[in-house]
Amino acid sequence: MAESEHENASEGPPGGQGRAFARGLLAAFSIPAAVLFATALGFGALARDGGFSLAQTAFITASMFALPNQVVLVDQLARNETLLAAGFAVALAALRLLPMTITIIPLFRGGRPRPLVELIAVHFVAITPWIEANRRLPALPAELRLASHLGLGLAFSAVMLAGSLAGYALAGSVPAAVAATLLFLTPIYFLLSLLATSQSRMDLLAIGIGCALAPVLYVLAPGFDLLATGLLGGTLAFLLRRRRGGPA
Amino acid sequence: MTFTGDGFGGYLTIFLAGFLATEVWRWLGLLLGSRLAVAGAPFQWVRAVATALVAGLVTRMVLFPAGALVQVPLAVRLGAFAGGVALYFLLRRNVAAGVGGGAALLLAAQLVGR
Repeated sequence: MAESEHENASEGPPGGQGRAFARGLLAAFSIPAAVLFATALGFGALARDGGFSLAQTAFITASMFALPNQVVLVDQLARNETLLAAGFAVALAALRLLPMTITIIPLFRGGRPRPLVELIAVHFVAITPWIEANRRLPALPAELRLASHLGLGLAFSAVMLAGSLAGYALAGSVPAAVAATLLFLTPIYFLLSLLATSQSRMDLLAIGIGCALAPVLYVLAPGFDLLATGLLGGTLAFLLRRRRGGPA
Repeated sequence: MTFTGDGFGGYLTIFLAGFLATEVWRWLGLLLGSRLAVAGAPFQWVRAVATALVAGLVTRMVLFPAGALVQVPLAVRLGAFAGGVALYFLLRRNVAAGVGGGAALLLAAQLVGR
């Protein structure tokens, strides 16, 4: 990853913020956006299956912006679970956003601290924008990163909303082979992006160990498997990062 | 729960069990992320945890899929996945080629396998 040479630049040129925001918006026309759209199609169909209205489906996507959690919420409510049980299941699934948000915040810093804008910006933390932020932001001048992430997050949010609504409308009318292929896009995009944005030996270790550990923990601790994979696999990668061959 | 009704109760349920239960982690992340130094060990550990978690999600989605992907045999899923990863490396780490190639392989295998 290129270390920013602009770290000490005081203020960007006038209009620099606006341009960074606009360039972030262009992320709506990118490979990750296409994958996100395809994944959101599946969610829209699921919400319709679960008996939700179109407006409720839009409200879920816009307010949550985290597809795996949305799937959990719809599944829980469709099965008539209590508010508390549904909320707990969603919170458990959403715990993965905590380490992602923690690691994205330092990328925003460098310009003037803007707590309110950051509070809005963290709403756009989900797997896809997290991956894209790791890929794009380090190369940008520090004071432009927050604006760029806001644009990117808004773009991805709009794409996910469009995908959810299209999926709701199309539910059941897509051939099975196409539906299966759409579901296949997400895991392969996630893995290749993790590889493309890895910065160190520790990152590569975390990818390898995480991949290997997940199926085992899925069988041993269903429901907690992802959290356990993250904690166990991540800790292992962290501990092994300096062994053999000196500092990473 | 009458979430299916388009009334206020349904939206309140979604707001509490959906939005709040999700957003609270982002707010907490903002609080904690502001206090950790990037070069420090705690931050590096959190980064490793986040990375391993996403990697774990990948294998879970391929090995134990949901929805229409269940109908595709495991060998086809794994073959198409490996093909996509191979394309990514062959074409000098091109993510688009890997994603597109893997998806094309999966679609082709399903159409041929009929």
